[in-house]
Amino acid sequence: MNFSFVLDPDTQALYLRGLALTVQLLLGCIAISFLLAIPLAVARNSPLRPVRHVVWLYTYVVRGTPLLLQVYLVYYGLSQFEAVRASAAWFALSNPLFCVLFAFVINETAYSAEIFAGAMRNLPHGEIEAARAFGMAPMVILRRITIPSALRSSLPAYSNEVIIVLHSTSLAATVTLLDLTGAANEVYSTHYLPFEAFMVAAVFYMGMTFAIVRMFRAAEGRFLAHQRPRTV
Amino acid sequence: MAQLKVEDLHKSYGSQAVLNGVSLIANKGDVISIIGSSGSGKSTFLRCINLLEKPTEGRIEIDGEALALVRDRNGHLDCANPAQLRRLRAKLAMVFQNFSLWSHMTVLQNVIEAPIHVLGLSKQEATTRARHYLSKVGVEGREGDYPAHLSGGQQQRVAIARALAVEPDMMLFDEPTSALDPELVGEVLRVMRALADEGRTMLVVTHEMSFARDVSNKVLFLHQGKVEQQGSPDDVLAHPKSPRLQQFLAGALQHPHPFPTAQAPKVTA
Repeated sequence: MNFSFVLDPDTQALYLRGLALTVQLLLGCIAISFLLAIPLAVARNSPLRPVRHVVWLYTYVVRGTPLLLQVYLVYYGLSQFEAVRASAAWFALSNPLFCVLFAFVINETAYSAEIFAGAMRNLPHGEIEAARAFGMAPMVILRRITIPSALRSSLPAYSNEVIIVLHSTSLAATVTLLDLTGAANEVYSTHYLPFEAFMVAAVFYMGMTFAIVRMFRAAEGRFLAHQRPRTV
Repeated sequence: MAQLKVEDLHKSYGSQAVLNGVSLIANKGDVISIIGSSGSGKSTFLRCINLLEKPTEGRIEIDGEALALVRDRNGHLDCANPAQLRRLRAKLAMVFQNFSLWSHMTVLQNVIEAPIHVLGLSKQEATTRARHYLSKVGVEGREGDYPAHLSGGQQQRVAIARALAVEPDMMLFDEPTSALDPELVGEVLRVMRALADEGRTMLVVTHEMSFARDVSNKVLFLHQGKVEQQGSPDDVLAHPKSPRLQQFLAGALQHPHPFPTAQAPKVTA
């Protein structure tokens, strides 16, 4: 094995740029999909059947197809249509970074919405009833009781989801982007050292996963204190 | 003037009638106990008053203001004016059998929640008010604790403080001691008695015959969704006329926490 390439400043810069892009993709995807998933989760449990069904259909279609296929559909598929190429959206859709982020967000929103919607369904009914009995308006109940409580109980499942998103960002490399995996691929083709090139990327991914796990553990300590047995 | 007036309340689930015309008038300062065996409709009656359950027929008047009702698709009466319902609900604070405290909020947060987000008090005013009522129910020094870390009796007393903090005209208690271990029942009943002594208007669905006898000024015995007998505690509990009430009281004396016969273990030969 020959790891001497890691001492080369150009290679280092390549990896660090890749790391930066991976982090950007992860944070961008999580931030946007989180904000979209909350209203969708509420709609998923709507008393209005059509609203509920539309969201169900969206999450079903997205969760029923592979992410790589969704990236290809957005990046290669949409450009096939003249109308898309002629539209203003083409400015964004001709950009591979926008395309992967778009596909990641569509995908991740569906999974997060299902996690949050499931948590909302499992809230103790009596707590919602108590809020109604005190004269809280439906929006206030959502904002003060349902959503905060459901997000808290989603934390363990959601931390797993964020790790999966981190690893899914490696698909960006399939559409010419130099994220961490793309950078490793580049190093491999320059130095003909596939094992070493990909191992360096793997160490970065593991480091980030570890950081995510630690952050969520801290968040659970803070936000799930009410579920822990008392420690006095 | 009557603080609460319920006229001819009916409620059925499909073809099964649970309430068959129950009426009640509560004046200021009344403490009314509603007793009856399980399945008599007493909890359903209480929950219809603030429309947690939709009645099929009837009229509800709170502080002289009729609750606007409209028939929904399923034939139940639903509120016609959500803003009015919310305003009237805030006048009737409820205490639940299973406490139903908001589990992700601390004790203090539970008590200031409705004053801030329903009545529009500032956080500071609400906190002052909450501390006052928490000390009144004897749960001081636990403000930062979560409900799950308190005993059942403490949780129910916090729930009573939460209800008091909206300074309601009337309090509805739905079997407030039924989910408690026997040794914790006393502390909750003592708090309720203190509230009654202050002249608060209370409607209490209960199995505690001692509370009905010693604290309330009026007792309603429900049987199969109807008021079988009502009157002063002395009339109802000491001189029961209805044979069903006599039977119920005999059972209640035998088992202070009644055991419906249908659930009792059967011995098969």
